[in-house]
Amino acid sequence: MISYENVTIAYDPDAAPVVNAVSLRAERGAVTAIVGPNGSGKSTLVRALLGRVPLASGRILIDNVDVTSITRRDLARRCAVVTQREDTTFARNVAEYIALGRYPHSGSWSAAPAGDSEAVVSAARRAGVEPLLGRVTDELSGGEWQRVRVARALAQGGEALVLDEPTSFLDVGHEMQIFQLAVSLAESGAAILLVSHQLNLVARFATSMILLHKGSVVATGTPDTVMRGELLERVYDWPLVVTRDPAVNAPMLVPLRRST
Amino acid sequence: MITHRTWHWWAGTLLFVAVCVLGVALGTVRLSLAQVVGALANHASPAVHAIVVTLRLPRVALAALVGMALGTSGATLQATLRNPLAEPYLLGVSGGAAVGAVAAMMLGASSALWPLLAFTGAGVAVILAIGVARGAGRSGHTDVRVLLMAGVVVGAFANAVIMILLANVPANTVRGALWWMMGSVADTTWYTVVWLGVYVAAGIAYLALYAPEIDVLTLGEESAAGLGVDVRRATRRAFLASALLAAATVAAAGLIGFVGLVVPHMARAFGLSRQRAMLAGCAIIGAILVVASDLLARVVIPPSELPLGAVTAVLGVPFFLIQLRRMR
Repeated sequence: MISYENVTIAYDPDAAPVVNAVSLRAERGAVTAIVGPNGSGKSTLVRALLGRVPLASGRILIDNVDVTSITRRDLARRCAVVTQREDTTFARNVAEYIALGRYPHSGSWSAAPAGDSEAVVSAARRAGVEPLLGRVTDELSGGEWQRVRVARALAQGGEALVLDEPTSFLDVGHEMQIFQLAVSLAESGAAILLVSHQLNLVARFATSMILLHKGSVVATGTPDTVMRGELLERVYDWPLVVTRDPAVNAPMLVPLRRST
Repeated sequence: MITHRTWHWWAGTLLFVAVCVLGVALGTVRLSLAQVVGALANHASPAVHAIVVTLRLPRVALAALVGMALGTSGATLQATLRNPLAEPYLLGVSGGAAVGAVAAMMLGASSALWPLLAFTGAGVAVILAIGVARGAGRSGHTDVRVLLMAGVVVGAFANAVIMILLANVPANTVRGALWWMMGSVADTTWYTVVWLGVYVAAGIAYLALYAPEIDVLTLGEESAAGLGVDVRRATRRAFLASALLAAATVAAAGLIGFVGLVVPHMARAFGLSRQRAMLAGCAIIGAILVVASDLLARVVIPPSELPLGAVTAVLGVPFFLIQLRRMR
């Protein structure tokens, strides 16, 4: 379980905090989604979990353990993060790339502890990328690459997974693959914290949603509770309606044209 | 993409041995393989023995060590900076070393002290570049892009200092400085070979120890942090170790360009990607390139010698151009 307790983050102590007293929980067996406009503080929360930005107050816990009380490697063994962007300057064999997920388990000299190859194959199988193991990363399509990144995160061995906008630049088919993968991982017992702009897919697949606006939580709960037209219209500053998609029985946001 | 195979390692090792043997046998005085073996076994005439043991063997050994150090240093910097154009002289190493060496020449210091002063100059430049980058970065955070720019600035400043130093000195000091800057492994001694050998072995072992960490760093800072790497410390460690490794080669043999840039590309062309394999591959390829370049430098227009740095560039440029064509 990943939980943020009253987390406040300020890049500049004199300016308003970018994240203000945020509390949220991503339980095991569920997909918890953080949504909100650009600059609402979603990715800052992920960076804080990685220790890349200091907390002004509050704490972040993984399975009830404060992340600042454990080593970086220990944190990486418990919780994996698929960041928004990743450097792809140097191509690698896919199996070798997924094996990098085993880094937190390696000793200082031994790069590959026993059982690593099984962990790599098992992670590839869970992410549905086993047939890609012999390929090279620069030959993969956008969707394959994102699933391979998820496999690398699974190879870390933890049961908490953070996906920061995993479907950017993906077409609808590949988006669906990633969302279905997130759900199947949650069903196998993992705690999935998903940051996404795809409100309609989140509303359909997430167990619960957290809506951020200007660094604060403005709504939290099931998709039906959070996907309210007047609330989203205010937060996104755009006219919209929320209706119900009869095909999948989930709330659906329809942005409208703004009168000029 | 080529995948590396076991026979590549054997072929590389064999080629390394072959260029080393040719490096010892060929030159103004050509020796047969039997004469070389005889000299090594102490069964040769004093003249042949002197050529092999005192002149050529340390020269070949120094060239191999310089190639290994520059190749592994380049591989580490390219991976850490995630930039295929990174090279060991990037962080002001070359400029700093040149300032040290030129200052030593101007002060009339014994040539035995030049390496020490060159190394000091390179070390000061690297520490300065890292210091500038830390000062410029937000809350002491070392951003690799800022670090790159800091290295360029320190290098440019060092070049300005060299020009000022050389503006009003006798012509022969300028010539000496110029020759030193073009790089050479001629006239070396076993003493230099041994100290550089120990230094390079320790440096490469250190880089190999942290190679898995550098593998993770190639994914970018955020992903590396997510995998448990202390990004700031790991980056600084890789920079300092690879820059000091390059600085030692500058101290022993002057500036030999292009090796640190092109050798990691050659290793990747053989399908290497894991950092530890890259280090081994770059050590072998770097050694082959510099030993072969030094051999060419002395056999093309005997008894004159070409500047080693120019030959490494002439050999490296075509390969680099082919790589660029492939990247299109």
